[in-house]
Amino acid sequence: MNNNQYIDLYTQVGETIRSRSCGVMNLHREEARKVLEANGFPSQKVEKYKYTNVEQDFAPDYGIQLSSVGNTRTEFCRQLKDADLDVENYYNKIADNTDSIVALNTMLAVDTLLIHVPRNIHVKYPIQINNVLKGNQDTMTNRRVLIIMEQGAQADIIISDHAVDHQQFLTNQVIEVFCADNSHLNLYEIEETNLMCTRYSNVFIREGRDCSVRHTVLTIFNGHTRNFCRVMMVGENSETILNGCVIADKMQRVDNNTCIEHIVPNCQSKQLYKYVLDDSAVGAFAGLIHVHKDAQKTISEMTNANICATRQARMFTQPMLEIYADDVKCSHGSTVGQLNDQALFYMRQRGISLYEAQLLLKSAFITEVIDTIPLEVLRDRLHLIVDKRMRGELSKCEGCKLC
Amino acid sequence: MLEIRNLHATINGKEILKGINLTINDGEIHAVMGTNGAGKSTLSNVIVGNPAYEVTEGEIIFNGRNLLEMSTEERANAGIFLSFQHPVEIPGVSMTNFLRAAVNARYKAQGREQLSAGDFLKLMREKRKIVELDNKLTSRSVNEGFSGGEKKRNEIFQMAMLEPTFCILDETDSGLDVDALRIVAEGFNKLRKGETSAIVITHYQRLLDYLKPDIVHILIDGKIIKTGGPELALEIDENGFNNYIQQ
Repeated sequence: MNNNQYIDLYTQVGETIRSRSCGVMNLHREEARKVLEANGFPSQKVEKYKYTNVEQDFAPDYGIQLSSVGNTRTEFCRQLKDADLDVENYYNKIADNTDSIVALNTMLAVDTLLIHVPRNIHVKYPIQINNVLKGNQDTMTNRRVLIIMEQGAQADIIISDHAVDHQQFLTNQVIEVFCADNSHLNLYEIEETNLMCTRYSNVFIREGRDCSVRHTVLTIFNGHTRNFCRVMMVGENSETILNGCVIADKMQRVDNNTCIEHIVPNCQSKQLYKYVLDDSAVGAFAGLIHVHKDAQKTISEMTNANICATRQARMFTQPMLEIYADDVKCSHGSTVGQLNDQALFYMRQRGISLYEAQLLLKSAFITEVIDTIPLEVLRDRLHLIVDKRMRGELSKCEGCKLC
Repeated sequence: MLEIRNLHATINGKEILKGINLTINDGEIHAVMGTNGAGKSTLSNVIVGNPAYEVTEGEIIFNGRNLLEMSTEERANAGIFLSFQHPVEIPGVSMTNFLRAAVNARYKAQGREQLSAGDFLKLMREKRKIVELDNKLTSRSVNEGFSGGEKKRNEIFQMAMLEPTFCILDETDSGLDVDALRIVAEGFNKLRKGETSAIVITHYQRLLDYLKPDIVHILIDGKIIKTGGPELALEIDENGFNNYIQQ
């Protein structure tokens, strides 16, 4: 479907969506529709969509989900009353609705997953959310997540994507994260779907004073993926870490876009994205560090390192710096290379087969990203998953009871 | 054990080896000495099958098998081991995983049952002692952050784990202090079984004092120009290569 057909679809089912949804979500739908109508889907001529073919990804005649899974439909609204939270101050406040893909989500999302960590609460165990794509027809889901970390709150949140059925699934996700002063969040996103899945993810994070936010996105198995993450650092002495790794082969495509807005002084940010591309996989990375005029003493670094294991694999990388302050320390770097021949030879001289040596090197390359994860159980699990993925043994999600 | 006949080899189109003939019998240690750039390291790389080098002429027979038809890993699993002049750092690959893959490959090639995790660690502990390698080093990435001496000890440690029948020590003495040299050389002697043969590439007599070669060759400009007994090494140590270069 093209963008007009999505709008037509909204015209047809909008009433149903509104009736099943919440006031606060309904407030923004009409505005979003107008944006989509005016802007259409971004073409590949738009810089930030250069390596993602939106029209093609959205072309299939997807059914859309009008109800929430199970009986949680009213959960969001009920939670709102309980939480004593004025959600209108948060919902859709930092999502960039000039982006048509975000607008599409705002227009069609039926429900929101709200994670609200109240003041000074330290959530002891990680919260894991498994998204399982299931169904007997091609389906699009518009997933909306709102994470509110109040002052002094701490949490680890793991969101993982899985697909059970071999249908074309399109996930269009928008996550908004509000971190009040002195809150600490580790947000992990793990994608382990299949070749028929397409994922668009737009994450918006606003960070207050003395915060630390770590966002790690791991593309282990997918079809087409475009991840975008924007962090607005509006409070001093905060830290942001954005890490990502991609393992792609066959015809998989992965496009990661980041944007860190250093708006105030004395903040730090660090980014590390690593890709291993095999067969005819295509990877893209575009990272922007934007240091505003007043953001003195900013320390920021961005690294994107990539391996193209075959001549057919392609990587497009674009690390960017925009600095308007004059007392900052920023670095950005990017490499695209092949596996180290000398290391391969060294291992083969010890009797390790070429295939096994390549596997060890590829896993080692990704390991650098996984080793940054503070959560030990997750780290160990990911090491295992990565090893299996590299060996082609990951035919289904490891240990998932649903599959 | 190893027979090299009229071996010519090039790297990036440049001929380095210009007709090497060398026969090494079971249990013999041969020292190869020569000036910088004479082709000593090329010789060792060609024997183990470094894909960066191209053999343009000649043959290498190892225990009756045509070595040049075998892949690098097949040669290794047939019992050939190279102690690298510059051991490669492999960040992210732990020594344990690396050695485990190597030992498993070796056992598989020999048709032996794979070691259990417990037995493997026991074997590591045992062999580590021979070269007095610190426990901490084996839990790190391969050669990463090792000092020059530790890297060379690590080479001999790997040799201990893999029990080769033919070893090439490529300037194993370079960068070692006297104590480290003794540990490495004594480690090698302890590990060496009766039929194990070796080529020792070195610039100095010091290492040969420990390893006691049976035969010494002088390699200059891609050819072996003189072969003799251990006394030849002593002569070179005293007079240098000048006499031979002028010939």
